[in-house]
Amino acid sequence: MTGRTIRVDTLARVEGEGSLYIKMAGDRVSDVKLKIYEPPRFFEAFLRGRHYSEVPDITSRICGICPIAYQMSSIHAIERALDIHVEPSIRSLRRLFYCGEWIESHALHIFMLHAPDFLGYPDVIKMAADHRELVEKALRLKKIGNRIVSLLGGREIHPISATVGGFFKVPLKSQLAELIDDLEWALQASLETVDWTSKLEFPNFEQDYEFVALRHPDEYPLNEGRLVSNRALNIDAAEYEDHFTELHVKHSNALHSIVRGRGSYLVGPLARFNLNFDRLPMTSQESARAAHLTPPVLNPFRGIVVRAVELVFACTEALRIIRQYEAPSGPTCEIPNRAGIGQAITEAPRGILYHRYAFDERGLILTAKIVPPTSQNQKRIEDDLREYASQLAAWPQDEATWKCEQAIRNYDPCISCATHSLKVTVKRGR
Amino acid sequence: MSSKAKSEVRRRPRIAVFKFASCDGCQLSLLDAEDELLAVVGAVEIAYFPEASRTMLKGPYDIGLVEGSITTHSDAQRIQEVRRQCKMLITIGACATAGGIQALRNWKDVDEFIRVVYATPQFISTLKLSTPIAEHVPVDFELRGCPINKLQLVELIAATVVGRKPNIPTYSLCVECKRQGNVCIAVTRDTPCMGPVTQAGCGAICPGYDRGCYGCFGPMETSNTASLANHFHYLGLPSDQAVRAFRGFNAWAWQFRKASEECERK
Repeated sequence: MTGRTIRVDTLARVEGEGSLYIKMAGDRVSDVKLKIYEPPRFFEAFLRGRHYSEVPDITSRICGICPIAYQMSSIHAIERALDIHVEPSIRSLRRLFYCGEWIESHALHIFMLHAPDFLGYPDVIKMAADHRELVEKALRLKKIGNRIVSLLGGREIHPISATVGGFFKVPLKSQLAELIDDLEWALQASLETVDWTSKLEFPNFEQDYEFVALRHPDEYPLNEGRLVSNRALNIDAAEYEDHFTELHVKHSNALHSIVRGRGSYLVGPLARFNLNFDRLPMTSQESARAAHLTPPVLNPFRGIVVRAVELVFACTEALRIIRQYEAPSGPTCEIPNRAGIGQAITEAPRGILYHRYAFDERGLILTAKIVPPTSQNQKRIEDDLREYASQLAAWPQDEATWKCEQAIRNYDPCISCATHSLKVTVKRGR
Repeated sequence: MSSKAKSEVRRRPRIAVFKFASCDGCQLSLLDAEDELLAVVGAVEIAYFPEASRTMLKGPYDIGLVEGSITTHSDAQRIQEVRRQCKMLITIGACATAGGIQALRNWKDVDEFIRVVYATPQFISTLKLSTPIAEHVPVDFELRGCPINKLQLVELIAATVVGRKPNIPTYSLCVECKRQGNVCIAVTRDTPCMGPVTQAGCGAICPGYDRGCYGCFGPMETSNTASLANHFHYLGLPSDQAVRAFRGFNAWAWQFRKASEECERK
């Protein structure tokens, strides 16, 4: 029986730095390591002693791709600790803010990070030579997401306006209305994207996943909801640490999140879609159905289509919020001064993001805990690779390697996020 | 061949993008330059940019863009190799230029930090300090910001490609803020604002959104931090808050570092 090693020293088109190592004998996979060599940055440690009002600005720096997710999870956790309830229009603006990040992040991943795998290009730049229109559409879509973020937050990356209790400044209705034309175009472009992605070629690969996502009584989840799974999990954010734990896995020296008593699980678009299909607005549901996409979607490669459906959702939701928007009575509300402890989970583009903070009566952080989506998906990615690589035993080395990379990119992994809680002992390949 | 034809076939400069300890946001700024991206990649050859491409060509490179700070032994070695490979080395962002937010460890016991975050401390190999690239190798240009301004990045690449000086001002944020027509929130509302000591470049976003600047572009060239610290004191800001104001995303930049340590002694 011939042995084979699939090895990628620097994973491309993922955020952050990782490498891949798969060892096979025939079609049997004996070892899979998704290694992370990104250096640790110790956010939970240096947050201690900072005032809670500084936390959203600091935690956004964990990830330049999804800073709003970090701002939202931290703000919600702190507001919960302080028992603050913001008024409905602030809540809507936060959803709109998050929609902007979803549009920007999903457009980036669908077209610039993932599509080149399906079309056989090393990157979007080479892809643009043959598919200029497609890439221009992608850039325009991404820009519209970024426009929402910039209007509400001041800039695309590490926006500055979101704060505990609301925003430093809220937009005028007329400013939001200026986004409508663009968003209507974006909605159309997203619908086309669902159709286009659904016609890509997908490997025949399905897995029996535990999907974990937020679920809200009447909305597709962004900022709030109970945490549910297709294995009867149904908990409040405050119970997260009772049900999930991080394992120290020797072979990868990384913290792998697992559901206690069960194992790996999947967070992100596939989980949200499968658990919340009935909460999608009609336009999104119809676009999914037309693309023959109905829950449960068990093929992770089809995540690109699900992301496109979520683009349709984000554009639809953004338009709804903008059309119904009435300015709040003030940008923020009164903030009490007291000690507290609070937890929150929100839906980052890549999946659930858990934050917990405890602070003293001066508002200074005593302890912080952050569990990003990619550290939760990491074990699941390795489980996928173990199954998938065995299907590729007969493939030439280069193509098998590329396919394995694609299987990782199904998850849109954000290693920068994950790293603050990952071990680093792996020697760099180059 | 005429000289014009020669210049048309001139080799496009090879660009490489390297990442050290960081959030990815600054290199993302290049992909976020939606209107300029296709023009930029037409003018240069992207030879090494793992976040964007599977194609990873070997050096040497004409321009190296470096994101992130040095926090591990292996990265301290890697930056030496990166420097050798790059004719011109440009740092992008507060991590590469000042050590980043992770430089907050520099005032603390990093072994204790490791114990807080990690269950098995012996597996972590990290340096005691998070340091900027320029503390390790010569740097040709430092682009400020947490994150950088994507238009400044495009300007810097464009200037470098044609061999002119980039138009990146080093004056304080206040100049930019006045030009935006903002009413000064430090004067009219007594809001603690880092604007007077911070380099321009972001577009004075925070004052435009009714909050004080928090210094994410780092210290301006000739910043009078002592005077600003006095002003904070005059506003009644407790000294621990003044320390934290200087100890943000550019905490290890020497002007801010000195200022925070002076506030701490008060």
